[in-house]
Amino acid sequence: MLNRRDFGLVTASAVVTGLTAGGIRRARAAEPLRIGGLATLEGPFAEPGKDSFRGIEMALAEFGPTVAGRTIAFSRASSDGNPDVALASARRLVDQDKVELFVGPLSGSEGIRIKDYAKTVPHVTFFNGSSAAVETTLVDPSPNFYRFNTDGAQWTAALGNYIKKTKGWTRIVLVSEDYSFPYAQIFGLMGTYCADGGRVTHKFFVPLGTKDYSSVIAQLPEKGDVDAIFVVLGGSDAVNFLSQYTQAGGDVPMIGGSIAVDQTVLAAKGPVRAHLPGVLSSGPISDNDPSPAWQSFVASYRKQFPTGLPSPSLFCFNYYVSTKAALLGIQAVDGDLSDGGVKYRAALDKLRFDTPTGPVFINKNRQATATIFVNEIVEKNGDLTTSPVQKFEGVDQFLGLGEAAYLKLGLPTRDNPSCP
Amino acid sequence: MTARPIFIAGGILLLLVYPFLLNDFWVLQVGGRTLGFGTIALSLVFLSAYVGMLSLAQMTVAGIAGYAMAYFTAPMGGVGLLLPWPVAVVIALCLAVLAGLVVGAIAVRTEGIYTLMITLAIAVGFYYLTLQNYSMFNGFTGFTRIPPPHVLGIDMAQPKPFFYVSLVAAALCYALVRWVVRTPFGLALQAARDNGRRLRALGYPLALPRIAAFGLAGFIAGVGGILNVWLNGSISPGSIAITPTLDVLMASVLGGMLGPEGAFLGAFLFTVVQSFAIYLVPPERFNTVIGVIFVAVVVFSPDGVLGIGRSALHRIAPGRQPLSGHRDVTTRGTEAPTSLPATRPTFEADGQSTGENHHAQ
Repeated sequence: MLNRRDFGLVTASAVVTGLTAGGIRRARAAEPLRIGGLATLEGPFAEPGKDSFRGIEMALAEFGPTVAGRTIAFSRASSDGNPDVALASARRLVDQDKVELFVGPLSGSEGIRIKDYAKTVPHVTFFNGSSAAVETTLVDPSPNFYRFNTDGAQWTAALGNYIKKTKGWTRIVLVSEDYSFPYAQIFGLMGTYCADGGRVTHKFFVPLGTKDYSSVIAQLPEKGDVDAIFVVLGGSDAVNFLSQYTQAGGDVPMIGGSIAVDQTVLAAKGPVRAHLPGVLSSGPISDNDPSPAWQSFVASYRKQFPTGLPSPSLFCFNYYVSTKAALLGIQAVDGDLSDGGVKYRAALDKLRFDTPTGPVFINKNRQATATIFVNEIVEKNGDLTTSPVQKFEGVDQFLGLGEAAYLKLGLPTRDNPSCP
Repeated sequence: MTARPIFIAGGILLLLVYPFLLNDFWVLQVGGRTLGFGTIALSLVFLSAYVGMLSLAQMTVAGIAGYAMAYFTAPMGGVGLLLPWPVAVVIALCLAVLAGLVVGAIAVRTEGIYTLMITLAIAVGFYYLTLQNYSMFNGFTGFTRIPPPHVLGIDMAQPKPFFYVSLVAAALCYALVRWVVRTPFGLALQAARDNGRRLRALGYPLALPRIAAFGLAGFIAGVGGILNVWLNGSISPGSIAITPTLDVLMASVLGGMLGPEGAFLGAFLFTVVQSFAIYLVPPERFNTVIGVIFVAVVVFSPDGVLGIGRSALHRIAPGRQPLSGHRDVTTRGTEAPTSLPATRPTFEADGQSTGENHHAQ
């Protein structure tokens, strides 16, 4: 039987235990969840960068001010598409702002750099923004770098098939920026197009940020010599090329890379608009996708950002999906990242959820399998938009070839693949 | 005792304990970058202040050293050759000196805005070469995963070791500049800057010392380039494009081209503003803050932050001898140009030896 003194001790320790546990719980609740976002607000991708942050904001708004009892503290950083700048900004977010989750970056080579950086800070979990180089998750992937978006090759593989089989185009040329993401896009398209017997007779590469395309336009073949030009440019580069090509009287049909005919370009003004209706492209979204999930995503975008683009761009969509994956993971572990994110990443590895375009999940390289659309540009209510022609669900990193066969193709470069 | 030794001792002490006062971001990204980037700016300030030539090719020369480090220590995509890192450092520095000499040989007969233009042309040319050349420079992606070496079991990639390595390298370059400008070679450079025609009339060659100065500046820029590559762990055409090229000039102007300290002051200020401007304004407009601060410094103190600091010091300890290598420097408003004989007696009245610096006037 307890005497009075023992009773007192037991009571006191119970109270202390209770207070401590409550205190810990309260402390954890008070400790904000620090998330960092990195996109490009300078350089040729400034417009896409703005829409990327809208995507993050949409996901944050969807979960409200707290996730699993933790308030969200969000900090932004900007780069200009240059890997050095992206790295400096990432270090600020991680070392200065102490973020636990990191969403970004936007551009291909930045993604490769940030993936390498991720290895040096294993306690932070990285979610790719919209950078879509193949190498990021294929070569030497980092265990704490997740890409819940499809890559540039996944975006265009279906299009190669479509233009050869359905359109019957046998010879095309391409005009492309000269870096990792366009290579991925070309790799995806040529992979299927060349296998079906199509020929890519010339490739014209220009530096990122090129403003004057006259020397390239002068070399482009006439209508009749080739069936189409595949334009793999993005942001202001795409606008500049398309305007100059139209002004030079070019009339060869166009195939657009995924970001060449994105809303960030289609919303641009000027003579370029006349040439765009009918242009084919492909990518992870379609502006006029009739599915209710997509329509409601567009509606909430328009409501949240009345001055934004007519329809969310693929940058917005990709950043949204990445941020959402990060937050769903937080919910799954009840906000607990105290073990450096080990449990959290185990939950992410199993995460599977429905995005506005359909289900998404990741493979062993932490690379997404998701839906891809083949699109055609149409004019709708005075806005240029993309309309789905075909829809493929469950496109995986290895383009359905299996890992071994896919790796045998080698990495995308200027000269790989080749089918002149 | 004047205030100067106290300032210097305090500065050195502050630099030594700096890594223990602040977090990794301040140590690595602000501190490390200030020292590496500042060393590149130092090569520009040296050329500007003592040779009288403003070169925009210093980032290019640094980039050549950086690419050499990448090429010889981190082969990638079938490009490169693996060598021990000390060998790579020697090769990188030799190439930087060589590049500096070549730039010097091209630019030596120009002056003023023409020097700027011809060196800018070299910078742009090298940028496009790296961007489009895959067999030597690996194109747009450049090289990633360039590891700083492990020395005696210490990982130089860690913030504190990296900071001290950068500090030692930067301090040696600083000391080198301070020493060189007092040698006969340095005096000849300043004489050529001040009155080339008179020097030529005395029978001295003008071009050779200037080209040699570009070689020396190439060496300093090369040291900065190596530090930069170790800091970023990567190098790509973006690292040496027009923006970083102009950043070097901007940091130098911000700091003030009066003397070598200006390079590091400017690099520090530039890095801090660049890192934190995004906290102050909406993200879409943060470059405006950088621009406004730059314009404000240039308008209110044409000699940069160093100019402000010196006029403040001058007020604390009037009559202190200016450290400038510049002949025709005027500090703001109140003072006469330091080169005018009228100000000389003040220096002597202070009791300091002026002989040491007379040649720099």
